[in-house]
Amino acid sequence: MSRTRHVGLPRWLFGPALLAGVFVVLPVAAMTTRIAWGDFPALVTSEAARSALWLSLRTSAASTALCLLLGIPLATVLARSEARWLGVLRSLVLLPLVLPPVVGGIALLSAFGRQGLLGSELEALGIRIAFTSVAVVLAQTFVSLPFLVVSLEGALRTAGERYDVVAASLGARPTTVLRRVTLPLVLPGLASGAVLAFARSLGEFGATITFAGSLEGTTRTLPLLIYNLRVTDADAAVAMSLVLVVVAVLVIGLVRPRAAL
Amino acid sequence: MMPTTRRIRVAAGAAVLLALPLTACGSGDDEGGPSGAGGRTELTVFAAASLTATFEELEKQYEAAHGDVDVKLSFGGSSDLVAQITEGASADVFASADTANMDKLVAAGLAEGEPREFATNTLVIAVPPGNPAGIKSLADLTKKDVNLVLCQPEVPCGSAAQKVADAAGVSFQPVSEEQSVTDVLAKVESGEADAGLVYVTDVTAAGDKVEGIDFPEAAGIVNHYPIVAVKDSKHADLAQQWVDLVLGDGQQVLRQAGFGAPAS
Repeated sequence: MSRTRHVGLPRWLFGPALLAGVFVVLPVAAMTTRIAWGDFPALVTSEAARSALWLSLRTSAASTALCLLLGIPLATVLARSEARWLGVLRSLVLLPLVLPPVVGGIALLSAFGRQGLLGSELEALGIRIAFTSVAVVLAQTFVSLPFLVVSLEGALRTAGERYDVVAASLGARPTTVLRRVTLPLVLPGLASGAVLAFARSLGEFGATITFAGSLEGTTRTLPLLIYNLRVTDADAAVAMSLVLVVVAVLVIGLVRPRAAL
Repeated sequence: MMPTTRRIRVAAGAAVLLALPLTACGSGDDEGGPSGAGGRTELTVFAAASLTATFEELEKQYEAAHGDVDVKLSFGGSSDLVAQITEGASADVFASADTANMDKLVAAGLAEGEPREFATNTLVIAVPPGNPAGIKSLADLTKKDVNLVLCQPEVPCGSAAQKVADAAGVSFQPVSEEQSVTDVLAKVESGEADAGLVYVTDVTAAGDKVEGIDFPEAAGIVNHYPIVAVKDSKHADLAQQWVDLVLGDGQQVLRQAGFGAPAS
């Protein structure tokens, strides 16, 4: 692909742009000034820290997989189908983006809690969700799904339907078109959506503490551990916060540039 | 075309203009401290979550006696509240559910004078109405299929629960460790948990939303509640008057809610 010609930017943009960058980076950078570097290795390798990090990575991976499983069909339907009720569905899917996390937690309790709509049925089947790692994954999936769906739907709309139409006119069945043409074309968008979903899951806090509780090794993810440490061991809380930032930056930084269209 | 330096100056000016609203809303809270809406003086009281109902009652008494004062109550786990004050939250009074967290405030040099004990509290087993898991004793809480929720050990109700376990020679396997006693109560009330260890006063305050089950070991584990005015409070005299209310007329309110008399 040839490079697009460069259009000059109005210079006044740079001031506010720089300010915006500083506004985001400064607080995170300032955190490093509070780190007790001498104790840092001991703090981040403690049993509680490793257990929380490992739980966070596992549950985030699981919720990202769940997001892909549910989000790809949803985004495709939203982008390609012309059914009229889809507008409503689209707005509803975005809801977790704007809901306060605690509200998300209460909503999940209403559905999957023991007294909840489905929870009591599940309980009868011997499936208990409350206070388990499954509850953590559900909370993360609930808040992350919109990130995947929005990214993927945007990519699908940008890519357009021309190649799909050509493939179909050459005799490919809908499933083949989806698998061989549509999805490969939006792979970068799909990847960036998945990364966003993973990163959002990693940072999930409010819905988790409301819906899943907090217990080391089972439901106490990294954000919950940091919340606990904040009142008992501020040094450890800052150290773990840095770990979370580094993991998030790695996840976004390593995958994003290649994924970006 | 403007010369480059001028453009930069314009850009810088725009940046400053954009930043202004940020600084304005940043300082708003601080300015609001001394005299809040309607010119009333604000007195901020940080109190252990277990004091919610009683302190709300005392707020009414205090405001009735001080027409120009607006009492702002902030409830939470005692350890959380100490951390907030240490980080610079502007509190005028701090009431803790145990001496350990009050000691932290004193050690940080943020207490004005000696903390005074104003109440005691003991633990009780809280279960949802109807006691679906059939809990009868402390030993029942250790059963595998019982969803037990406790406060985390750093919170007063959590350290008390730990002492109870030690005294009774049992080991709890909670499904969740919460940040404050009200969080534990909420999980029991909603029926998500089969049982939790909370204070006698919490069960009294919750009415028929939970049931309390006494256990003999509780009598030996008593939480002592100290209160103190926070150093450098902008309203030292008003803060002291709140402390005096809690130690004086407020005792009746506390007793009615189920709190024990101060031991010292």
